[in-house]
Formats: sequence, C-alpha cells, structure tokens
Amino acid sequence: MSPGSARSGGPAGTGPPAVEIDGLAFAYPDGRQVLFGVDLAIARGERVAVLGPNGAGKTTLMLHLNGILTAGAGSIRVEGLPVAGPQLREIRRRVGLVFQDPDDQLFMPTVGQDVAFGPANLGVRGPELADRVAGALSAVGLAGYADRAPHHLSLGERRRAAVATVLAMQPDVLVLDEPSANLDPAGRRELAEVLGSLDLTLVMVTHDLPYALQLCPRSVILDQGVIAADGSTASLLSDETLMSAHRLELPFGFNPRHVLTDSGGVMP
Amino acid sequence: MGGVHVLDPYQPGHSVLHAMPAQCKIVAAFGYVICVVVTPVTAGWAFGAHLLVLVTLCAVARLRALLVIRRLALELPFLAFAAALPFVVPGPRVEVLGAGLSRPGLEQAFGLLARATLGLMTVIVLAATTPARDLLVGLERLRLPPVIIAVASFMIRYAGLVVDQMQRMAVARRSRGHEPRSLRATGVLAASLGTLFIRSYERGERVHLAMLARGYSGTLPGALPTAAPRPVQWTLAGGLVVLGAAVAVTARGTGLSAL
Repeated sequence: MSPGSARSGGPAGTGPPAVEIDGLAFAYPDGRQVLFGVDLAIARGERVAVLGPNGAGKTTLMLHLNGILTAGAGSIRVEGLPVAGPQLREIRRRVGLVFQDPDDQLFMPTVGQDVAFGPANLGVRGPELADRVAGALSAVGLAGYADRAPHHLSLGERRRAAVATVLAMQPDVLVLDEPSANLDPAGRRELAEVLGSLDLTLVMVTHDLPYALQLCPRSVILDQGVIAADGSTASLLSDETLMSAHRLELPFGFNPRHVLTDSGGVMP
Repeated sequence: MGGVHVLDPYQPGHSVLHAMPAQCKIVAAFGYVICVVVTPVTAGWAFGAHLLVLVTLCAVARLRALLVIRRLALELPFLAFAAALPFVVPGPRVEVLGAGLSRPGLEQAFGLLARATLGLMTVIVLAATTPARDLLVGLERLRLPPVIIAVASFMIRYAGLVVDQMQRMAVARRSRGHEPRSLRATGVLAASLGTLFIRSYERGERVHLAMLARGYSGTLPGALPTAAPRPVQWTLAGGLVVLGAAVAVTARGTGLSAL
C-alpha cells in the first residue's frame, strides 16, 4: 500500500473539509508577525502532521484552530463553521486541543474530575457525564484511573489523560502539540496505539519525524509563517534537500524508506 | 499585557539616578517615605512640596508622565477605602455639595491619598531606575538577613515562570469551553490556583535538590563585587532625605503653632 494514497478524504468524503484555512495571517500584539498567509485544507478523517523548525509558527497556528487566537487576516472553518464570535463554544467542542505540557491541562484534584471539566462546561450532567468520563478514560487505556491524582501519574499517563480530557468533549478534530515530547519509548508506543485507534481527524504538530511517519500519511511543512511543502509524509521525509532547507533532520540511523519497506507501509 | 511591568519595572536610562548605586537609592527612598509619613495632614502645602520633589526626581530620571501615572493606578483599591472615610468617620460635619461630610474623615482621606501617592511615587522612581538584581545587591550591602534576600531573589527569578504557567493553564481551560463569567467559575479558578501552588511547591523542591547537588549548604554566596558608592552619591541620597525631613519638620512646626 502506498502511503500517499492512505485515508485522504476518509470514510465521509462528502461535505465540507474538517479544517479549511484560507490566507491566515497573524501578528502578536507586540507587532511580531508569525503567520504570513497559511492555506491548508484537511479532509474528514485525515491525519496530518504539521512539521517545521522552532519558531515557524506551529503552535500559533494550532491556537487559531479553536479560536484562542483570532486571525489577523484570512479565515478558518471547521466542518464549514467559521471560527469566530458566537460559534466559538461549538468550535471548542469540535476541535480538541491537547497541549504539550499535560500539567497545563490537568488541574483538578483527580483525573476523573478533570476529564469531566470539558463536557460539564458544555452542559453535560449526571449519568451521561459519568459515561463520557468512563468512555474517554478507557479509550486512552486509563480505565480505573478516575480517582487518581494527576501528579501521581507518569508523564506518559498524564499525556494520555490530557487526550482523554479532550475526547470526553466528543470532538471531530483532535489537535496535538508535540505529543511525543519527553516520552519514553513505551510511553510513545502506548500513545501511538491510542491515537491510531481513534476515528477522528487528527492534526499533529511535531518535531518527531518518525512519529509523524508512523501516525500521519500526510504532512505539511510550516516555515516562516507559510506552508512550504505539502505531501505524503514518506515523500517529504525522503527529500533531503527539502528537509535541510527547513531545518528538519531525521534521527541518526533512521531511514524512512527502510521503515516503509520493513513494515509494509504506514501504521493504521 | 497588564502584568508585565509588575515583573520588570526597570526602565533603562543614563540619568544620575540610574548611575547611583542601589544601596544609596534604597536608603534615600526609605528615608523619604518616612518623612512623608510623619508630615502632618493639616499642612497641605507640605504635601505639595513633597510632590514637587518627587516630580523633579521623575524628571531627572527621565520617566514619562504617562508611565508614572499608569503605575500609580496600583493604589486605586486603597483609594476606594479612602473615599469611604468622609462618610463613615464620626465627628463634626461640613457641607460639601449639599452632602454632610465628616471633617476628620476628609482629613484622614486626604492623608491616605497624599501619603499613598507620594510613597508609591518614591517606589516607582526607585524601581524604574534600578534593575531588580541591583536592588538585591543593594539590600545585601545594607546587611539585610541573607534568607530574606534569597527569598526575594527566588521570587524575582520564578515569578515570570509562574505567571506564564498560569496563562497557559487559562488557555487550556478556555480550549475546553470554559468561560469564566458566572460565580461557578470561582471553584474552577480555586482548583487552578491550588494546582499552581502545588506545582510551584514541587518546583521549589526540585530547585532545592539541584542546589544541593551543586554543594548548597544553607548560605548563598554573596554578590559579585561592584564599585563602592562615591561620597558624592551618598551625599545626594542623604541630601534628599534631609530635604524631606526639613519639609516634615517645618510642617509639624507650623501645624503645632496653628493649634
């Protein structure tokens, strides 16, 4: 199976794209411009990695997807709904952001309360709330952790708990910022299994190129505030000129072609 | 960003005040605030004189008026209390715009307003002309207990990180549909602050361990040597306090003779 053909469009190929970004430009209030006209369309069910060097604007782009930052110019639509004004509440339900530092996300005394926080903000109460919490925790392999305190969990567990806090809101698009950062190999594998099992549109901002290859058939390179390249992850990672032009480097000894031939393609 | 100037109030510059060693400025500022506090409320002109001195200092340090006024906004909560005094303090009443106000209440309110404003202006000049690390060195030169200096220096080092963390947590909450409008939001805020406290506490423990790993045994090494203040700088600092004291003493004298 060729990685380039994988999943594009997903099962629900009709209707508006999951995410549609059109000419997005943004400058912080101090005048520092970070995004200079980003165009990107992501189909439903697609899994896309956003690659790029430090300071390329990856996190800024991510914070636009649920309206935490407001576009200076251009527009963003999620499943056809513009990210603006009165729809923000619905946008934040549809787009789940998982931040790099799970400690920023987990702030309640127990994991269960924290997972309940998002859906409770949406007005979910009683038995349905309990179901959401249990469902989200078991989806990330943390069933039975509801009464544990977040600061007693390992980093890998906390990151999966952070994913659960977002899954409980039943999002359509899951956006992750550096999901594999600082995880040990077992933690990486466990998180990859969780992410691979979800039937969602997935956007992953990362430096971890092997992880992008493992999870996302498609990648885009964001550099200096614009999309500099867009294609199958395997083809981008194999293009050494393109990679070095954007300060992207594969780990020592890692060859994307070998991985693809060894495993017969990208992991589901 | 509202919180930024609280964390880093220093305004780079090359004035006489910027060049003065921190210990001189600390002594002068502390001394001047005491002079303001002992100036009797009844001598209105004396506060005008103090204000003139402080405005001159702001001008010497080349601080923009807008900056000083913006930072003075810090005292607004205290002024709300001062505004209540003329209504609640018992005593003889005077008629102001048709409302009966207490005379001692008005005097106390004026005293609070004038002293808070002048005291705050003194501190604004000190903080705007002295980098935080130099303030610590100055306090150390003035033989303040090392523990207090260590606590203050850790506060300066980590306050920015804690504020950043607080803002990241707020973004993460909003991303999950939280809109802090209703009273229910206070519970969520309390949980966030509690978590922030525990995380800061744990960070403190990790920092302490890292310090122990580098041979920390209870005393921090002193600051690197800096140039000693020249006599003229001490004279300037002392002169400022003498000026403030002269105003205060004269005000007391005239205040007493008026009685």
